[in-house]
Amino acid sequence: MNTYYQNLFTQVQPTGPVTMGVPLGRGNDPRTGQPLLLHILGRIGNAQIGPIYLGGWGIASLLCGLLAFWIIGFNMLASVNLDPIQFVRQLFWLALEPPAPQYGLSLPPLNQGGWWLIAGFFLTLSLLLWWVRMYTRARALGMGTHIAWAFAAAIWLYLVLGFIRPVLMGCWCEAVPFGIFPHLDWTAAFSLRYGNLFYNPFHALSIVFLYGSTLLFAMHGATILAVTRYGGEREIEQIVDRGTASERAALFWRWTMGFNATMESIHRWAWWFAVLCPLAGGIGILLTGTVVDNWYLWAVKHGVAPSYPAVFPPSVDPATMIQGVK
Amino acid sequence: MMSSARRMSRGLATVSAVLAAALLLAGCERPPVDVVQRGFRGTGMELVYNPRTLVPQTYQNVAPDALPAVPAEGPKAKDVYKNVQVLGDLSVAEFNRTMVAISSWIAPTQQCTFCHAAGEGFESDTLYQKVVARRMLQMTQAINSQWNAHVGSTGVTCYTCHRGQANPPQVWFRQPQSPQAARIMGDDAGQNKAVGTGLTGSLPYNALAEYLLEGQNIRVNGTTALPTGNRQSIKQAEFTYSLMVHMSDGLGVNCTYCHNTQNFGKWEGSPPQRTTAWHGIRMAREINSTYIEPLHPVFPASEKGALGDVAKVSCGTCHQGAYKPLYGAQMARDYPGLVRAPAASAAAAPRARQAAR
Repeated sequence: MNTYYQNLFTQVQPTGPVTMGVPLGRGNDPRTGQPLLLHILGRIGNAQIGPIYLGGWGIASLLCGLLAFWIIGFNMLASVNLDPIQFVRQLFWLALEPPAPQYGLSLPPLNQGGWWLIAGFFLTLSLLLWWVRMYTRARALGMGTHIAWAFAAAIWLYLVLGFIRPVLMGCWCEAVPFGIFPHLDWTAAFSLRYGNLFYNPFHALSIVFLYGSTLLFAMHGATILAVTRYGGEREIEQIVDRGTASERAALFWRWTMGFNATMESIHRWAWWFAVLCPLAGGIGILLTGTVVDNWYLWAVKHGVAPSYPAVFPPSVDPATMIQGVK
Repeated sequence: MMSSARRMSRGLATVSAVLAAALLLAGCERPPVDVVQRGFRGTGMELVYNPRTLVPQTYQNVAPDALPAVPAEGPKAKDVYKNVQVLGDLSVAEFNRTMVAISSWIAPTQQCTFCHAAGEGFESDTLYQKVVARRMLQMTQAINSQWNAHVGSTGVTCYTCHRGQANPPQVWFRQPQSPQAARIMGDDAGQNKAVGTGLTGSLPYNALAEYLLEGQNIRVNGTTALPTGNRQSIKQAEFTYSLMVHMSDGLGVNCTYCHNTQNFGKWEGSPPQRTTAWHGIRMAREINSTYIEPLHPVFPASEKGALGDVAKVSCGTCHQGAYKPLYGAQMARDYPGLVRAPAASAAAAPRARQAAR
């Protein structure tokens, strides 16, 4: 019988005095809120809630975000004639739409896309302010800024969809509506309009990194859980002081697939896969319509799209055969 | 050992998790479904059918038996009856047989008096139903003689749309613009409503008027790899998408029934049904613009939509969920009055309009 390290993933929750965190340096606001302990949260993470650091950036971001949220929500509520029952029943269908094509990049009337521009402005501002908050909070704790830059990758995709690409196309109408089903319909219509997005290589890369992220996440999570009995969950210590947990995990992957990441590099793998997903996706969206109009034809031109044996008798576009009917 | 309170809370959590899962899946159809290969293997060209919805639908799409045949010889209807404008060349026996069939297809309870005012002669045009029926007979003749690219030799009868009801069960009206469009906020931009079958998602709800009445451009795909001036917007693609989802819903088929989904726009490699559907769109457009809309002054207000327009046809009006109306039952060939070409005067109007479009 082996003797194992005491596993830190345990259901036993020691409760003690709550902690307010490390002291903050000059130029920082105090943290707010009396921390409390929640047993149920302790089962999936830290039982302590709070304190929260709000600060100027956080407050400004929350205000802008709430403003966008309320503008979108009230437009949805107004679109069902302020009927709260219909608001709940149709919530997934409702939306705040960008301006119609005839407005181009000009300022449309408030109810014909103006609200969309205002909501988009404040939502963008909110995200950018939140990014500053991520950055400054990481610095205040003496951390690296990896989280802020990963978040920036997501903001890049958001900006391409809602700002950069519409501006390049010369029309706000190219942007995404705010709504649950409407934004999904937009996604389908986007692919239909531009000749099948699946032939967009950057879209393909984005999917590789998306699914690759989930695969890496599963592999890494499973590996660490499997070696916690040897102290493997203390990953940071294992980076500088490799123990038997690291050795076994590495050996396992070398045995099964010939290569192993290290306790440090696996986190770079995961970070880059996650970050490259919106980064590549954003490039793919940016090229659509601006540089490429029909991704299927583009793929045929460059030998990407395969041709399959004919199954049906040849079809000819009837519009080319019958004059006067379109 | 677990205390009873903890056991209870765990049971409650399980029950609520099951309930939440059931709620989430309430809108889904349960598996298994039947999948039919449509194109080359491995390309996802497949049709998906749910046998549990297909079976009841099969029974709803059964054609009624034809009435016993009668001699085509004998005096003609126009020589015996007054005011017979469309079917006058039929023998009296065939004319009466056709009238009986029409009444059973459209007004099985009211019978003759649905169109012919009680107490007046059969020639009386007092009731608007009779005026509409006459135009619909001309329409049926035109469909069966001029639109064979869509209806083939099968053709249509009154029953194809009416199914024993005075009003065909699947029709559409123009939808009014949302009143919020004129206010300070809440314009829905003509979409984003939970209407229809739910299959239409939040797509534009007036798309049928654009294509099955107005003849707007359906094609949004560019024909070149790089931009060469195709200015169709994504919003326009949503309109086309809305029409296509209606067709899919009306025919009970997937996109792959007509399209090679590798690229929806290209005709090369498309199933031949796409050509049939292309003609169907033009046929529905002509029916609505030449036969239905001009009946506007004839219909009473009670039969009209929110904008005062007449009920119009879409693909679903005839198909009613079947890939071929009544699953291709050969009904029309039993009624010679319905398959002949309309008289020159009736045919002239639609031809002129088609050329102008």
